[in-house]
Amino acid sequence: MTDNKHVYRNIFIAAILAMIMASIYMTIGSRGNWSYILSLRGKKLAALTIVSICSTTATILFHTITQNRILTPSIIGMDAIYIFFQTISLFLFGHNHWFLQNTYTNFFLSTVSMTCFSLLLYWFFFKNFPGRIYLLLMTGLILGTFFRSATSFLQVLIDPNEFLILQNRLFASFNNVDSSLINVSMIVVLPVLMYIFYKNKAMDVLHLGRTNAIGLGVNVDRFNLILFISISLLVSISTALVGPVMFLGFLGANVSYKLFKTYQHWLLIIGGCLFTISFVLFGQILIEHVFKFQTALSIILEFVGGSYFLYILLKEKEVA
Amino acid sequence: MKRISLSVLFLVSVIISLMVGVENVTFMQLLSPDELTSIILFTLRIPRTVSLLAAGAILSVSGLLMQQMTQNKFVSPTTAGTMSSARLGMILAMVFFGQHTVFHRTLFAFIFSIIGTLVFLQFLKTVKLRNSIMIPMVGLMFGNVVGAIGTFIAYQYDLIQNATAWLQGNVSLVSSQNYKLILLTVPLLILIYLFSQYFSVMNLGREQASGLGVAYQQIELIGIVIVSIATAAVLLTVGNIPFIGLVVPNLLSLRYGDHFRKLLFPTVYFGALFLLWSDIFSRIVIYPYEVPVSLVVGVVGTALFLFLLLKGEKA
Repeated sequence: MTDNKHVYRNIFIAAILAMIMASIYMTIGSRGNWSYILSLRGKKLAALTIVSICSTTATILFHTITQNRILTPSIIGMDAIYIFFQTISLFLFGHNHWFLQNTYTNFFLSTVSMTCFSLLLYWFFFKNFPGRIYLLLMTGLILGTFFRSATSFLQVLIDPNEFLILQNRLFASFNNVDSSLINVSMIVVLPVLMYIFYKNKAMDVLHLGRTNAIGLGVNVDRFNLILFISISLLVSISTALVGPVMFLGFLGANVSYKLFKTYQHWLLIIGGCLFTISFVLFGQILIEHVFKFQTALSIILEFVGGSYFLYILLKEKEVA
Repeated sequence: MKRISLSVLFLVSVIISLMVGVENVTFMQLLSPDELTSIILFTLRIPRTVSLLAAGAILSVSGLLMQQMTQNKFVSPTTAGTMSSARLGMILAMVFFGQHTVFHRTLFAFIFSIIGTLVFLQFLKTVKLRNSIMIPMVGLMFGNVVGAIGTFIAYQYDLIQNATAWLQGNVSLVSSQNYKLILLTVPLLILIYLFSQYFSVMNLGREQASGLGVAYQQIELIGIVIVSIATAAVLLTVGNIPFIGLVVPNLLSLRYGDHFRKLLFPTVYFGALFLLWSDIFSRIVIYPYEVPVSLVVGVVGTALFLFLLLKGEKA
């Protein structure tokens, strides 16, 4: 395990960094009003952490299944489903309806609709085309495009005032997360994470390719199906909690591959999540105390993540 | 015989497209229009029909051309970032020069779509991809990134609903005032026809084509510029119409084979008719209202594309 030494060291550094960021975030400019600060910022801290963990873990798993490091889970079109769902419910019921006012029902139904969509897709493909992951992705992508064009049709028709309400839902925002939703998300996210860590050796084997993995006793198709379900649960929770974030997980996963040069998933996932958390907190501190809320955090995240994607696209030769 | 029946089909489709709409125009009125009818025809129906034909033709041909150049069946202006780049250009023009400057919007859309397509093709050259399905996927990711940048700039300036409205594929707003840009597609189509022999050879790949005496890089650049300008012109007049550049050439190549020059005419013809009929359908499906043509094309295109993708994959 000698070659793992620097990996442990790097993860340790990332953990320290994340903790420093978290404590800076909780204390900066507090002016002593602790009970207020702790409940307000603690809520945001929890939301940021959950979203970072969900998106990074989901992306790393996704990369392992597809054996490709430049895709993101959003390619299956789950965010398109979310946007479509939000748009059509606003379009049909108007913003005053209890259905949209109640955060629980909205959260619950958007999670269910996203998960159901991906489950249907997987079920169809694992039944009819076992082992053809790219076919699955392509279909998801096309359906995503279709839902986007349907959404833009509805969005043009919506009353401009209601569109502003919709727009708030469609851009990830960490500022108005409902604290009760955080508990609900934990109930879903924790078991999924525990399962992933329990199975991390099997995921390492997936790197050897389908044939070798089958030879080593992993039921690849079944395992992929379970991993896909975990991914969709993680992505839907994070999307329903704050809105779609596309490139955050991509950034976390790819930095994790660079920093912790290992194939072991549990190290990659822990390290990647720690990095993402520190990065997100850093962004949030910048926005709250330097830019004074002039711009939304998700804009900076998508911008940095997107630029990094373009960089990788043009610089790396061995990405796909 | 075949030629005659194709021409008749074309004429009948155009006449139907001129007649159908909220204000129905009968065939007799078409021959001897009164004042109201001629206003309807000349300000709305004729521009609309012309735009549909031109957009359908050029989008299908652009898809075909890109598929030839990249030797990949799944590449089209939508899956190579061309559309999103043109959109980014438009949004930037709206931010910098206000919302009413058609000239700047056009110019920016042209420039950005060319740059975006070049960047993506540059990427295709540097990377050896394992699976050909990867290319459109990376292209769409690329489009998403560019689109996200555009969206966030629009978000900052409260232009999102405006930009969505601009870019949605909708021909009901096309009138004699604003459709002239689409006529740019006619010289572009002629240009593609003139270069068609070179493009046909490009399908053999870089080495083979260079060996046969094609100045590969120059011809490729010409192809990219043509496709980008055509896409941007369609985006500015009709809006974003998904899938047509993928579905039409792929369906036709099932029947006519892969030779670019032989495919060129059928692609123009059926692309134009496909869009025209989609629009006629979109005008009558919830009569007297209309759904945008991009929605109809989206539904039909999704179904056709999935059919193409899954056909033959069944183990």
